Amino acid sequence: MIDVGEAITRAHHEEWARVVAALARRFGDLDIAEEATAEAFATAVERWPADGVPPNPGAWLTTTAHRKAIDRVRRENKRGDKHAEAQLLYDDDPPEPLGAIDDERLRLIFTCCHPALAMETRVALTLRMVGGLTVPEIARAFLVAESAMGQRITRAKTKIKAARIPYRVPSAEDLPARVSGVLAVLYLVFNEGYLATGSDTDPIRRDLTAEAIRLTRLIRALMPDDGEVTGLLALMLLIEARSTARVSPNGDLISLDEQYRGAWDAALIAEGHRLVRERLAAGAAPGRYQILAAINAVHTSARDIRDTDWSQIVALYDQLVRIDPSPIVALNRAIAVAEFDGPEVALAAVDRLEDKLSDYHIYHATRADLLRRLGYGQESRAAYDRAIDLASNTGEIAHLTRRRDQLG
Amino acid sequence: MQYLVSVITDSTDRATPEEDAAIDVFNARLQAEGHWVFAGGLGGPNTATVIDNRGADALFTDGPFVESKEFIIGFWIMEAPDLDVALKLAAEGSKACNRKIEVRPFLAP
Repeated sequence: MIDVGEAITRAHHEEWARVVAALARRFGDLDIAEEATAEAFATAVERWPADGVPPNPGAWLTTTAHRKAIDRVRRENKRGDKHAEAQLLYDDDPPEPLGAIDDERLRLIFTCCHPALAMETRVALTLRMVGGLTVPEIARAFLVAESAMGQRITRAKTKIKAARIPYRVPSAEDLPARVSGVLAVLYLVFNEGYLATGSDTDPIRRDLTAEAIRLTRLIRALMPDDGEVTGLLALMLLIEARSTARVSPNGDLISLDEQYRGAWDAALIAEGHRLVRERLAAGAAPGRYQILAAINAVHTSARDIRDTDWSQIVALYDQLVRIDPSPIVALNRAIAVAEFDGPEVALAAVDRLEDKLSDYHIYHATRADLLRRLGYGQESRAAYDRAIDLASNTGEIAHLTRRRDQLG
Repeated sequence: MQYLVSVITDSTDRATPEEDAAIDVFNARLQAEGHWVFAGGLGGPNTATVIDNRGADALFTDGPFVESKEFIIGFWIMEAPDLDVALKLAAEGSKACNRKIEVRPFLAP
């Protein structure tokens, strides 16, 4: 006996994006596609408990959504509203088939993550259209009023239609840049889950990290040869694997050196390591996500913080600095340097970043920790105070406060 | 599909000879590839007059409808199949005239 609730949840995860994408292609309108798909799922919730789960839920949902969409187009035409006919989503069939990556869902993802849309809009639209989250869910995730989030999504759909943002997979020439735009959206969703902001928010939002991983898995299934897609998935898995050990029972974050490593998720780590090895074997120059994944693979290979191969981590950060010379990367490199060359060398490197990072709480938290290790208690306390002022994650604030109060 | 591609600036200085030459090359390409509809340079905001004839008499006001640091100093109207093509052309146009560019679609008829 199949649990109907479970079947609906599974269908929602597996079929939502496919149904929206198929309808968007067929009707040339994201709004119709979204609404009809949502109605089809609502019908499933009504009917499946009585009628039973259909043998092919995906086909059932697609057919039902299709009918709903046709109903809506007819209704609008009857009202004399030619809008639906006049402004169809632009779709030029690529002259050649794109093989493995020509999946309807990819068109949908690239359209939602189009560079002509604001980053926050791309995130919202991707979660709605591809992830199937409801507007209230997305609004809650980003601490925005529901009406504002609804407007943001509506405006985006209007722009896509009016400015004719194409519904297609970008050309090979544009693909790397556009894929990296998609990955940036997914990484942002993951990070918001991993280090949630807001004073009433849990420090980790597993719903968001799980959704980001699910969507990244989907993109990897669609583009298995893209190294950065694989790198991002590996990175997320290796971070997610540590999430249980990362929060104490009273909700403060536990830093890597204090975590109980037995609580790490061995299956996720194994999968992450396998993906990192796959990229190493490919022999191509790694991008940002692949290097970050490799760094996390080194961390998760150590049974104890003291077994960590810091020289390897510093070498990987050196590699990362060459492709991304941002002050945040330099700060993370300095944290690794503290373990390898000692806190004094690291503090000098951190202090050089003051101009660029003086509003960033991690900068002050890092200084506080280095000053503490060097025996400068008073300076360390001041740096913790500054970090606590600037931090917005409840677990981080609790962690920093605890560290500060441990100072003699 | 047509797009209005506006040139944004904060100075009424004329284009330099180098910029003019680059714009000519770009315009020739637009024409050769079928993207050209129309283009032109505009006088500065201080040459503008606002007219409001919604009431009994037409009201004339000296100056632009909105005072701002940046303003439109010229434009292209381009024909392009979609926004990706329009954005690529606009990026090249920005390089050619050495100014910021705004792209806006004309409404479908």
